[in-house]
Amino acid sequence: MTSQPKSLFDKLWDAHVVTPETEGAPAILYVDLHLIHEVTSPQAFAELDARGLPVRRPERTKGTLDHSTPTLPADAHGQLPYVNDEARAQVDTLRANCTRFGVELFDYGSPQRGIVHVTGPELGLTQPGQTIVCGDSHTATHGAFGALAFGIGTSEVGHVLATQCLLQRKARTLAITIDGELAPGVGAKDLILHVIGVIGVNGGTGHVIEYRGSAIRSLSMEQRMTVCNMSIEAGARAGLIAPDQVTFDYLRGRPRAPQGEAFDAAVESWKALRTDEGARFDREVRIDASQIQPTVTWGTHPGQVVAVSAHVPGGNDADEAKARDYMGWDAGAAVAGRAVDVVFVGSCTNSRLSDLREAASVLRGRRVHPRVRMLVVPGSEQVKREAEHEGIDRIVRDAGAEWREPGCSMCIAMNGDLVGAGQLAVSTSNRNFEGRQGKGARTVLASPATAAACAVAGEITDPRPYLTTQPAPQPSAQLETV
Amino acid sequence: MQPLTEVVSRTVVLRERNIDTDQIIPARFLTTTQRKGLGRHAFNDWRSLADGSPDPEFPFNRAENIGARILVAGRNFGCGSSREHAPWALTDLGLRAVISAQIADIFRSNSLKNGLLPIVLDEAIVDELLEKPGVELRIDVARRTVTLPDGRQVQFPLDAFAQTCLLEGVDQLGYLLKQDRAISQFEQRRQHQEFRHAS
Repeated sequence: MTSQPKSLFDKLWDAHVVTPETEGAPAILYVDLHLIHEVTSPQAFAELDARGLPVRRPERTKGTLDHSTPTLPADAHGQLPYVNDEARAQVDTLRANCTRFGVELFDYGSPQRGIVHVTGPELGLTQPGQTIVCGDSHTATHGAFGALAFGIGTSEVGHVLATQCLLQRKARTLAITIDGELAPGVGAKDLILHVIGVIGVNGGTGHVIEYRGSAIRSLSMEQRMTVCNMSIEAGARAGLIAPDQVTFDYLRGRPRAPQGEAFDAAVESWKALRTDEGARFDREVRIDASQIQPTVTWGTHPGQVVAVSAHVPGGNDADEAKARDYMGWDAGAAVAGRAVDVVFVGSCTNSRLSDLREAASVLRGRRVHPRVRMLVVPGSEQVKREAEHEGIDRIVRDAGAEWREPGCSMCIAMNGDLVGAGQLAVSTSNRNFEGRQGKGARTVLASPATAAACAVAGEITDPRPYLTTQPAPQPSAQLETV
Repeated sequence: MQPLTEVVSRTVVLRERNIDTDQIIPARFLTTTQRKGLGRHAFNDWRSLADGSPDPEFPFNRAENIGARILVAGRNFGCGSSREHAPWALTDLGLRAVISAQIADIFRSNSLKNGLLPIVLDEAIVDELLEKPGVELRIDVARRTVTLPDGRQVQFPLDAFAQTCLLEGVDQLGYLLKQDRAISQFEQRRQHQEFRHAS
């Protein structure tokens, strides 16, 4: 028997088709795991209420609080410092909806609460072969496990709550093959920023990306999540990496993953989740990992990237000129040396334990520059616990940075964690759009190492000297290694 | 959803490429639990001058554009986040169609669920429209055509299902709910595959 070779995307798609698409109607696609948060779910639950509908499979939906939640602790009366009453009401609304509809919520006080795309994987809810959706465009993160994961709107959140299904047209496929070795001091964030710079901020529109090649294989799960996370910054709703031993080792023993023999059986089935030899992609792009430098954005969308050692473009393109003007660059200016006001380490792109370790390795024994305000926001309660166990919170505080409670924080800047108008922030988040981190704020996207190095230098700088040399112990700095 | 068969209106033009959803509706206005009322915050940070007063030059602040139903924008409109608040804000402003040379995937999907018609036309045609704000266009959903001021008619792609939903005001959730039997059969087929989430 001969069968057509299939891509990983084909296999994931085919396994979840309830009814196939026709010219007149999209496919009905079954959803295995639905993640919800307080910002994009209230109107969906209201729709269920208006129609008198239950949640079809409440056990397949998990809720968390992350977007509009404060990252400062509660006051002496137990009151959390919400940015306004509406934000508090939004959290209360999700809590009430989860209770009424029988949906599990990782609430305050839960050791599992965190940013939705950090919590799912670390609990082992995210597994290879699943379809995963969330009312959040960075759902692409979960594709790092070989799951078809994409962001949806609030109407679709309602569709999934009520029917566990979505109406979908099949996307086209884009293979991005990254071979070669990343240079020392160059990481997953540099890699994905470079990729977006190559294919463009709309280069993946209409496509599902599969990241392949030896450079991808050599990444840890946390690094793979950073890569897939930013697929949407290239316009692609989903990014995929085929699961392998790295994936299986990450998942083994996670509380919501299969346990014991069931896990071994699952691994056997997951091994089939790879693109067959000879499968066709609609488009293919090849990138040489060894050419990638520490990379940052200079402009107002994530495709406007540059090596940290290079210069902003000087041409006459109107959009580039507008971006330069907003960001306060002269045409052709060197990126390195620009003064920095704020540094943010956090977000679903870069708030996992390895990201915080990377930032801490730069901060250890050093001080944040006096003109810089630096926030370090762990992605989840679990990341926070593990980081504190290692003493990362001490390193951060001793360096003069703020160590906060888990949440989306300054990435989406809707909880009161803001960058001021005209200030320049070096941020490990995923979007540098105008005003993303506060009205008039200027954002430079970077890796955790680069962000931490910029915090110490007080200006945009190449992180590599900070990664290879450790400062002599200073009297004021405690070198803590718990 | 109300049926949408035709849009006849002058155009409002935003020439910028890559207008993202953070521009359409900044995140700090997402703390609402309602769908309505977001129009007053649409393009909030582009509408005002540094002193906070309305920018008289910004297209949506100009008197002649009040009530306009068609937005023409630069390539890759609606990129960024999945917030459905973006089409909610635009329809709350009175818009019924967005024309661009490229429209981002999630924004397009969200728009179609809210009676906002995303229209992708050839770059050359869009460039003409970007050059001449305020021209009157006629959009015919059944024929998938835009009639330009000089009488030319240009076709635009529109998924057949999306077209039916717009023309007949089909409620997509209602459509999905009617597929309950097929969904149950699918769930039974997969029942032997253990549901792996610990309870």
